[in-house]
Amino acid sequence: MQFGGVVAVNNLSLEVNRGEIVALIGPNGAGKTTAFNCITGVYEPTNGQVFFEDSLIVANHPRGKMKKAYQGMNSEKYLRTKTIAPTPDQITRLGIARTFQNIRLWKSMTVFDNVLTAKHMRARHNVFTATFRLSAAEERRMREETLALLEEQNLAQFKDELATSLPYGLQRRLEIARALATEPKLLLLDEPAAGMNPQETEDLGRFIVQIKEKYDLTIFMIEHHMDLVMRFSDRIYVIDFGKLIAKGTPAEIQANPQVIEAYLGVADDE
Amino acid sequence: MELRKNSKKDGLLTAAALILLFAVLLTMELTMKSTSILFTVLKKGVIYALVAVSMNLLNGFTGLFSLGQAGFMLIGAYTYAILTMPVAVKLSDSVYKYYDCAIGFELGILPSLILAGLIAAFFAALIGLPVLRLKSDYLAIATLGFAEILRAFFQWDAMGPVTNGANVMRQYKDLTKLRIPFTDIRFPPTLFCFLVSGICIAIIVLLINSSYGRAFKAIRDDEIAAEAMGINLFKHKEMSFVISSFFAGISGALLAMFQYTVQAAQFKSAMTYEILLIVVIGGIGSVTGSCIASFLFIACNEWWLRFLDESANNILGLNILRSGFRKVVFSVVIMIIVLFFSKGIMGEREFSWARLRAFFRDPFGLRTRRAKKAASGGEVNGNG
Repeated sequence: MQFGGVVAVNNLSLEVNRGEIVALIGPNGAGKTTAFNCITGVYEPTNGQVFFEDSLIVANHPRGKMKKAYQGMNSEKYLRTKTIAPTPDQITRLGIARTFQNIRLWKSMTVFDNVLTAKHMRARHNVFTATFRLSAAEERRMREETLALLEEQNLAQFKDELATSLPYGLQRRLEIARALATEPKLLLLDEPAAGMNPQETEDLGRFIVQIKEKYDLTIFMIEHHMDLVMRFSDRIYVIDFGKLIAKGTPAEIQANPQVIEAYLGVADDE
Repeated sequence: MELRKNSKKDGLLTAAALILLFAVLLTMELTMKSTSILFTVLKKGVIYALVAVSMNLLNGFTGLFSLGQAGFMLIGAYTYAILTMPVAVKLSDSVYKYYDCAIGFELGILPSLILAGLIAAFFAALIGLPVLRLKSDYLAIATLGFAEILRAFFQWDAMGPVTNGANVMRQYKDLTKLRIPFTDIRFPPTLFCFLVSGICIAIIVLLINSSYGRAFKAIRDDEIAAEAMGINLFKHKEMSFVISSFFAGISGALLAMFQYTVQAAQFKSAMTYEILLIVVIGGIGSVTGSCIASFLFIACNEWWLRFLDESANNILGLNILRSGFRKVVFSVVIMIIVLFFSKGIMGEREFSWARLRAFFRDPFGLRTRRAKKAASGGEVNGNG
């Protein structure tokens, strides 16, 4: 992925297997969120491909002006494949949901409506049946499922409050609940523990494992809290300046001198 | 359970209020002189209420700052006029003086109303394809531009056989010949406008409260989050744009019906600004706000402030009251509203019986304020 003259993510190859919790770590500005945005269709990658459940969902190679300007690696590798550039909603429809680094709840809506609106995509209705209440059964089902989901997440007591009036930790949890409402198979969490204290982080880790089991999810997350990453993830990828510098189990990563140099040395300052 | 009982009661209350409104309108129209200014204000008010609500669907609920409303009203008005004009009139020289009319048929009032909406919606779908990829101010400029292009297109000489060029359209069907079913009484035109607009506004409200309405609000609140949650931005924006234009087209047709004449020159961008003003005064994102503001706006503009324009009303020998002074006072009124109700009369809220009851129990929150004061005072004492 190249922005102007900056190659934000270069020759990054990741693999997330079904049922795993995989973490992506790296210092600030390493390109973690950019990688997320390439997967979820927010950005069109300059050069590269994304596979999901054995099918190619995103593909691109340098075109037009970018052909000359491209400074990343593998500039020839994907030339043969056709460009596939889905919009984020199409990606979500395939079963990849995400949360955001800076919370993006719908601020004028209640907690309940936030989750209910996320169910809109999977609902079987069209604008006529929805307007004239011909699909009332569908609407009732959506409402029941929303309530059940909120109860599971212990958010039911806040359901009629404005989403933005919740305390910060609960807003994060609501964002995850909203992502779950789209019925994903792969959940991408962008710094779910940002701004949380150690106790909250610990709770969040258990919560992530719990929803993973319950909804049969695969989880791929960006995180800065090392205790969360080391305790709860199965595998870790480390990137720095857009390049992969290490991958492996938490134990392997902790022992990797390159990682310690690039990342963990800095982590103490946080 | 309590809540549900209340909402049922409120529903009945709303229905009763509406029936009462229609009954009052009917008796008024059957007993009073039909040329009364009151009816003009009511008719124009309810037509503007419909177009303001349709604009609010776009600007307030979907967050698309579009200024094309007058253009779509123009399409609706012309479609209605062309379709309902009797063939005999089309063939004679009385309207199509310089052109030979190309439309050789006529339709009834109701099908023409619906077609007026559909053709406006069709144009909106075409215009929406390029325009809806733009955001905020750029979208406003582009839609405004398209509305002006539409006006020019309808006045174009080559379109003469259809639109009669820049000349006035008249002698099309209005409600003078329509009778109340099974009687010989003329169908009251104000009641008709209220019925059609009421049904249209009800449909818009149903849409806003449906799953699609929530998706529109999600787009307004945060486009990126909406897209990430699987809401197709373009599809939903186009849908909102087309539906809004459909109802703008119908309101244009109603306007043509009530004015008896229609001319493209009337649908200038100034008209869109009037509607925008109504939406802003009523509260962006409030349907009832748009309706209330529409009646207030039309009543002030056409009726209540008229006396300011007549120099005969000057007192104490001052010569300030003259033609145009009304506009000065009107601007001041609007400035005051915008300054003191910065979110419009209703803000983002809707009218509800519960709020009305609360208001009568405790007007302007005086009692709550006093109670709060007492409570905080007590606390201070307790601490002391």
